[in-house]
Amino acid sequence: MNDFVIRRCLALIPTLFFASLIIFCAIRLIPGDVIDLMLAQNDVASSADRDSLRAALGMDRPVIEQYFSWAGHALTGDLGQSLWQNEPVADLIAQRLPVTLELGALAILVSITVGVSIGVYSAVRQDTAGDYIARSFSLLMLSVPGFWLATLVMVFPSVWWRWSPALEFTPLFVDPVRNLTHILVPAVLLGLSLSGITMRMTRTMMLDVLRQDYIRTARAKGLKESAVIFRHALRNSLIPVVTLVGLQAPLLIGGAVIFEQIFALPGMGALLLDAVFQRDYPVVTGVFLVVGVTVLFINLAVDLAYGYLDPRVRGQ
Amino acid sequence: MTALLDVRDLSVTFRTEHGPLRAVDGVSFQVARGETLAIVGESGSGKSVTALALLGLLGNAATVEGAGVMFDDCDLTALTPEAMRRIRGNRIAMVFQEPMSSLNPVLTVGEQIAEPIRLHKKASKAEALRMAAGLLEKVSIPDAAARLKEYPHQFSGGMRQRVLIAMALACQPALIVADEPTTALDVTVQAQILDLLRQLTRESGAALVLITHDLGVVARYADRVAVMYAGRIVESASVRDLFRDPRHPYTRGLMASSPRLAVEAKTAMATIAGQPPDLARLPAGCSFAPRCPDAHARCLVERPMLEVVSPGRVSACHGPA
Repeated sequence: MNDFVIRRCLALIPTLFFASLIIFCAIRLIPGDVIDLMLAQNDVASSADRDSLRAALGMDRPVIEQYFSWAGHALTGDLGQSLWQNEPVADLIAQRLPVTLELGALAILVSITVGVSIGVYSAVRQDTAGDYIARSFSLLMLSVPGFWLATLVMVFPSVWWRWSPALEFTPLFVDPVRNLTHILVPAVLLGLSLSGITMRMTRTMMLDVLRQDYIRTARAKGLKESAVIFRHALRNSLIPVVTLVGLQAPLLIGGAVIFEQIFALPGMGALLLDAVFQRDYPVVTGVFLVVGVTVLFINLAVDLAYGYLDPRVRGQ
Repeated sequence: MTALLDVRDLSVTFRTEHGPLRAVDGVSFQVARGETLAIVGESGSGKSVTALALLGLLGNAATVEGAGVMFDDCDLTALTPEAMRRIRGNRIAMVFQEPMSSLNPVLTVGEQIAEPIRLHKKASKAEALRMAAGLLEKVSIPDAAARLKEYPHQFSGGMRQRVLIAMALACQPALIVADEPTTALDVTVQAQILDLLRQLTRESGAALVLITHDLGVVARYADRVAVMYAGRIVESASVRDLFRDPRHPYTRGLMASSPRLAVEAKTAMATIAGQPPDLARLPAGCSFAPRCPDAHARCLVERPMLEVVSPGRVSACHGPA
């Protein structure tokens, strides 16, 4: 098992190398140069000014050379300086990352709790009214865009009850209660929008597992139906559901960017969006690097969860 | 002495898209304490459905009717699901046909054997695991204590069937129902498993209902036999009587079509002509009449009832014309 973790961690190195190289180059290919944007505020800038600014920012060198210089620093934790805000990229990310992580973790928690419990209920009560309601709910969650739901939650409560989500963000460790009241609504909405597919997958797998011979064996032992479902069926059903949650990680981050905008959360989404508009290359690259590392680690966690859930994987 | 198990006129009907399908039709039999009854028949004759009906494991798609299933003077068909659950795995245990898929792949073998002990005998986890180790030793699995912590995929097919037998014996049941326990196993392992099953049921004094399509198994391991065809029992007798003098043409056909090593290789193996009937479209008279060499006019219109043909044996046949 330890070997497995070490091998998986080593495999992250080439993945991160290529991912960061692609991000580093791709952002520089977007039309509109940061030098133009910076100098647009200054009408009298000459081409000499332009060249000197380019040299000052280190952008006169070939892109590959810039990349290796950036990557060398990145290895030591130095992601460079923001081109607009006079702050290290690592500091900017450090301020924003906890908000996004909190939003994402809560959303996954909501998605799994809601999706798995409704999925199990739906499978056990197959073809009853409860099953139809549960399936309709999941279809609704699959088809309604999360941002539209979020907009409704922003608009209607304020019209009906003069209530709206807070606009000023409080960090979790400063005031947990205020923080949660702010972040809970977007986390639940983001989680619900992901729960539809989790529920469908859980239901399908549960129905499949409940037809297996070992479930009949469990019933023949005289086990209570709850023990048959939760002890014998659920764990077998969860193996593919865990894969799904891993695949949802990029989707979750994409959703987080949008939800942070709608609910005025100062997370990585807002940072990334501003940086893209301003062509703040070091910030964009830094944010993507952190996102990439996060996704890779979520996938590692999924692989480890397999080992926990399925003893057949553990042996290999 | 009253029988341990007395099945009276048991019928099982499945709801299907093409209307109700009667898989078991008016089946009656008794099993005495410590006795081995073999239920023999082709695929689709209703043997396994009868077994599942005894344990109440058929689920919602099936309706079980009849004059009762008396087990130890208690009618199983009249019990609440909760009361039936307390009997399953405790007083009546079952061994299934598919050892490869009948064990839960994500739980250790020890957990799975200990489960009914903890449930029915209210034993602590440690105590149940200790008893599970004893059971594994009983079914001749070496190094039992260590193997308790292993998972089913680490066991061979024969070993898994031993585990399932250990699981069935866990609460010292009065009755074990074994549904084709060796069909999925290698021939060399089959005899070992059946010998083990016979030895352990004898030791514990449990009765055994052995479901099989193999007359060789019947001859070697059973005390009495019930032959099923198209959901009905067509003949029932002691093993000795049945093999010495089979009364029903179907039983005779089954015996003639059993492969024998002594028969010269040149002669083709005897078979019963025709196909087992479609349960949804059973003939009006005897279900076996279309395939029966002795059938006559009466067989095609009148269904033969089980009749006592000599003490302790019954047969459902109008006899030759």
